[in-house]
Amino acid sequence: MLKVLDTSHSTGPQETFVLNLGPQHPATHGVLRVKLTMDGEFITNAEIVCGYIHREHEKMGENRKWDQFLPNTSRIDYLSAMMYTHAYVAVVEKAAGIQVPRRAEYVRVLTSEMNRITSHLLWWGAFLIDLGGLTPMLYAFDDREMVLDLLEALTGARLTFCYYRFGGLCDDVTDDFLTGTRKFVKHFRPRLKIFRRLVTDNIIVRKRLEDLGHVPAEMCRKYGATGPMIRGAGVAYDVRRAEPYSVYPELEFDIPTQPAGDNMARYLVRMAEMEQSLRIIEQTLDKMPDGPFMAKVPRILRPPAGDYVFAVESARGRFEVRVVSSGKEIPHRVRLRSPCFCNLSVFEEACRGMLLADALALMGSIDLVIPDIDR
Amino acid sequence: MKAPFNEVISGFVSLLTGMGITLGQLFRPIVTVQYPHQTLTMPKRFRGHILLKKEPTTGKSTCVACDLCVKACPSDCILVEGEKKPGEKRKSVTLFELDYTKCSLCGACVEVCPVDALEYSRAYNLASTSKQEYKVMDLVKRLEDSKHP
Ligand code: SF4
Ligand code: SF4
Repeated sequence: MLKVLDTSHSTGPQETFVLNLGPQHPATHGVLRVKLTMDGEFITNAEIVCGYIHREHEKMGENRKWDQFLPNTSRIDYLSAMMYTHAYVAVVEKAAGIQVPRRAEYVRVLTSEMNRITSHLLWWGAFLIDLGGLTPMLYAFDDREMVLDLLEALTGARLTFCYYRFGGLCDDVTDDFLTGTRKFVKHFRPRLKIFRRLVTDNIIVRKRLEDLGHVPAEMCRKYGATGPMIRGAGVAYDVRRAEPYSVYPELEFDIPTQPAGDNMARYLVRMAEMEQSLRIIEQTLDKMPDGPFMAKVPRILRPPAGDYVFAVESARGRFEVRVVSSGKEIPHRVRLRSPCFCNLSVFEEACRGMLLADALALMGSIDLVIPDIDR
Repeated sequence: MKAPFNEVISGFVSLLTGMGITLGQLFRPIVTVQYPHQTLTMPKRFRGHILLKKEPTTGKSTCVACDLCVKACPSDCILVEGEKKPGEKRKSVTLFELDYTKCSLCGACVEVCPVDALEYSRAYNLASTSKQEYKVMDLVKRLEDSKHP
């Protein structure tokens, strides 16, 4: 199989052309534009043009009160809404010195991991559509729907949950939710086995993913790519372990890695992560403490002046919020470091010399959420 | 010569596995809902647009037009006016307008209300031919028109 462009043997005139991928292209799953310089079917250069869905979230954070930014946090990476809200509430709690009740922390971890599963399921379905297989998406959405129904009954929304508050949660978990989650865990383990037989072991998928789209660990480090990107390159970097937060240190889970750094490695990492999330969910259900779900928080928040940072592991990698407080009702600066932007920047270098169809598989395996890139 | 042969075999095995799983799915219960013939009921905590609650005894709203929800709303989409009627201790609401085109369904207004005068609607099938219908939603009028307690 020809993988890397080798033009040494060709004698004809060297002509390239520019191909626009996007901004409206099904494979980019949003408004992302990539200017590809093509030599026939091979990519010689790629230039990413982003900003089509720039909404100035950071600026929005700086012109409203601390708690008024909460609804925005679910709309940056709308597939990791829980984790993103977690990062923001945690950084403000750190700044204001609010102690979060243990029950709230457990519920946060529980719902974040459920959110991770829905995110990976959506990626799985959409990625396989990119590769030309429509059916797996229906399997994925069947299960994703179960989690979303549970989360909807709990939080009142299906995607933009906005469930956490400074100092806890907006409402306590219900018994229905806990039993429903247990049922889901029981249901989902065998489903993962079906997924493996249906897709992971499928020869067509393997041929399209294995040994293609190499993103080695150095390249990840160079661009700051995190999450399944760097774990798929053999580095066990996970914010939940590297900078433990919430109650993650009390829970047992592995960080799946794959050494190969190709599309398949990233695929396998995400599939294994879903299993680990199930493990975490089970433990949080078993250990769920009783008690209050909300701390006493002053109605008007004025965190002491200072510079605060908090990072979480979202479904796509390290999401970090930095806030600068000047002791006022309104933050002085809100900075969002989103994983997708860094993960995407790998693409320019990684896709050089690839066939167009393989580059689309690479793009799918990065798992992009476009609003997260532009913020 | 052997490799292509092996590939054919493993390809065939993949195909059969896939078809087997699909066949198994055929006998599982249907998971989809036949919308619009069937609809789902929204859960109790579902966050639709806000509504003024009806006080069962008086049939009116308990809102005291304190403007807290106006200040809490991040999207600036509530307008409240009230007046103190003679013989009453507190103000009562005369105008409550929601600009639903800007509302982010965050719930800040519901949580902040000191007299618990707001609730979420369970409506999710909202459609109209004119934007104006959602630009200015008169919640006081809606409350008066609503039949259910
Ligand atoms: S739900 Fe949020 S955005 Fe909508 S009116 Fe209430 S406070 Fe404003
Ligand atoms: S709805 Fe509640 S918060 Fe808003 S003005 Fe009326 S009483 Fe005040």
